[in-house]
Amino acid sequence: MEITLFHYLTLAAILFVIGVFGIFLNRRNIIVILMSIELMLLAVNINFIAFAAHLGDLHGQVFAMFILTVAAAEAAIGLAILVTFFRNKGQILVDDLSELKG
Amino acid sequence: MVASAVFYIFACVLIFGALLVITARNPVHSVLFLILCFFNAAGLFVLLGAEFVGMILAIVYVGAVAVLFLFVVMMLDVDFVGLRKGAMQYVPVGLLVGTVLLIQMGMVYFSWSTSEGAPMMLSAPVTGEEKSNTHALGEILYTDYILPFQVSGLILLVAMIGAITLTLRHRPNVRKQNISKQIATSPDDAVELVKVKSGAGV
Repeated sequence: MEITLFHYLTLAAILFVIGVFGIFLNRRNIIVILMSIELMLLAVNINFIAFAAHLGDLHGQVFAMFILTVAAAEAAIGLAILVTFFRNKGQILVDDLSELKG
Repeated sequence: MVASAVFYIFACVLIFGALLVITARNPVHSVLFLILCFFNAAGLFVLLGAEFVGMILAIVYVGAVAVLFLFVVMMLDVDFVGLRKGAMQYVPVGLLVGTVLLIQMGMVYFSWSTSEGAPMMLSAPVTGEEKSNTHALGEILYTDYILPFQVSGLILLVAMIGAITLTLRHRPNVRKQNISKQIATSPDDAVELVKVKSGAGV
């Protein structure tokens, strides 16, 4: 059976939904929420690469690299905020994060 | 045939790993399953002919992002059991949103079509075998995409500076070595000569 674009899109859709579901399932644990966001970005990347391969166009791969960059920056900043928050509060409950509003 | 089997293996392990990422009790296990997911996605990218992005995924995601997660999870002394308390009450909402999202994406998947002229409009078509993926990617990344490329570098710089300034702290009562002060010390400051009269003490 030939693997088509549709297979990859289905895989990416399932992965994206798992990421969305993970945010709800771990609503109090912000570290796992960040990991769920990484999963969603990975799903988007799979879509980009699949379309790039399907259309035979390289631009999809370039955009996948930009998504990688933004994901790395987002993870670094998010975890830095998390570490600072933990240092000040001693815990990382999501419900208390509204205090960051100042 | 082999490609199909490899795709199914990678896809199944990817989805299995993703499910374990969100359901694992211990976040350290979550990060390790996340690394498994990234490796499988890199395998899928190689299967799709995007070797460079696949290798970047393995290097950047596994080598940097996932290890960053691992460091943070292991260094923060968080009560993870308490964090899971009451997690099940959000499952119905999550299932609802996930189902709606899946249905929406399914509706898009079954109804979209490529326009007639679209294959003619490729601006960077994947050509034959004479150029490697990395070579072809570099050729458009450093010409058409030079400005976005520089901006993405800038984003990384800002992220780096932001992460450092957020986490840097000056703790009081911590003695640090001040090398310039050490070097600038003269014997006059360091040693005091006292004439002690014998039998009197200092």
